[in-house]
Amino acid sequence: MAMTTRPRRLTRRQRARAFRAVQYAVLAAAVLAFVLVANWERIGDAFFDTAVIREMFPEVLTTALKNTVLYTLCAFAFGFVLGLVIALMRLSPVAAYRALATVYVEFFRGVPALLVLIAFGYGIPVALNTEVPGGVLGTITVALGLVAAAYMAETFRAGIQAVPRGQMEAARSLGMSHTRAMVSIVIPQAFRIILPPLTNELILLTKDSSLVYLLGVTLPTRELAKFGRDALNQYVSMTPILVAGLAYLIITVPLGILVRRLESRQAEAR
Amino acid sequence: MTAPIEIRELRKAFGDLEVLRGIDFRVETGEVVCVIGPSGSGKSTLLRCINLLEEPTSGTIFVGGVELTDPDVDIDAVRRRIGMVFQQFNLFPHLTATENLTIAQRRVLGRGRREAEAVAAENLERVGLVAKAHAYPSQLSGGQQQRVAIARSLAMGPELMLFDEPTSALDPELVGDVLGVMRGLARDGMTMIVVTHEMSFAREVADRVAFIDDGVILEEGPPERVVGAPSHERTRSFLARILDPAAAEVREEA
Repeated sequence: MAMTTRPRRLTRRQRARAFRAVQYAVLAAAVLAFVLVANWERIGDAFFDTAVIREMFPEVLTTALKNTVLYTLCAFAFGFVLGLVIALMRLSPVAAYRALATVYVEFFRGVPALLVLIAFGYGIPVALNTEVPGGVLGTITVALGLVAAAYMAETFRAGIQAVPRGQMEAARSLGMSHTRAMVSIVIPQAFRIILPPLTNELILLTKDSSLVYLLGVTLPTRELAKFGRDALNQYVSMTPILVAGLAYLIITVPLGILVRRLESRQAEAR
Repeated sequence: MTAPIEIRELRKAFGDLEVLRGIDFRVETGEVVCVIGPSGSGKSTLLRCINLLEEPTSGTIFVGGVELTDPDVDIDAVRRRIGMVFQQFNLFPHLTATENLTIAQRRVLGRGRREAEAVAAENLERVGLVAKAHAYPSQLSGGQQQRVAIARSLAMGPELMLFDEPTSALDPELVGDVLGVMRGLARDGMTMIVVTHEMSFAREVADRVAFIDDGVILEEGPPERVVGAPSHERTRSFLARILDPAAAEVREEA
């Protein structure tokens, strides 16, 4: 009663606590509403059809998951190397390099990966009368790698610039060349700084690898998303979508854990 | 073989700002020279020109008979012979103390791991930090970091050591250890140029003191004369403020 007559007398702490209680209540109500409203029988049939799940194994792992990882890693490796080169060009004293790198980043950061992939899958073969070597894998490596390089170049540049100037000066004063100082001193430190954004890029790329369906994949080159959609049509069940989604998490969640481990280990050496 | 440093008519400008306005300066082998002067007078710039961290606008610098200001000089080769100690230590934070000492030995001098580590251990001992061989810089105090930084330079076997205000970033109680290491180096005959505000060190260790003001060497000579009985009014007022900061008068800024 006293509370309602003089509500403004709540302390800041009490107000925060009350606000949090309201948040929890809303969340609990939403969950409860969902549980009550949802038709569990149909959800079970549609998403957890064990017969369909059995059908999908082991190909979902041996083909689809494997291909997703393969496409992602190849594109990431390509983009990583190219991105580093472009970052160094952006930091170069040579104006032409800087301009070239800036144009590259602006272009590939601005254009959807989907369009780049179509250009490489269908445009280049027409224009140059030759396919990108390496088939589906080669095409997706180059196309997604080019896009990823634009993002990573910016990340690298920010990381390199975040390393204090004194580090380069100390390395140079010990007789290291500029390149040697970059490789041994500056870039290793930049990597610690950019590990989190770089992980983001890898996870984004994992999901972007699903664009490979645009190239027209065959059974052995299908990755998770395409595999899931094919199964969806085949079994007329939503279950494959759930399985494919969980398979993505099998990649990304351990990756996140690994990076957090790496970060905390590096925290010592800072 | 160590050899003297000779600087003639050195000028350095950053845009319109002329920081060094004609420096003539000579340091003999085995000599310890302290460079003093107000902040912004150009003393750090002078030091940084001697290993070309700053490129002189004009003038010539010789170190051990090699002209640094020759555009064709192999600057990396020259820098190997010149040690540099920074105000902010600039240790490599991702490497342990030992690794800080070995990386340039291995990558620049091409020494093997064993040899490099032996040299590192020897030099860490020289600065009294063998116990910290495997510590990362962040685990060391400022004074310890600066001693590791000195050892890092020494591991390259320099003929000349440059110190750019090596104790200015340290808590007062840690200054002594660093100066002690430097005193030992001077005693061992190392050629040293030290930019510093530590007048007691200058008095005790330096063979010569140079007072720089406004981009020129206003006076130089043995410490007992430059620090003890300066002939210029500017030197006197600078020293008065350094030696007794609390007594300095606040002046209208120009």
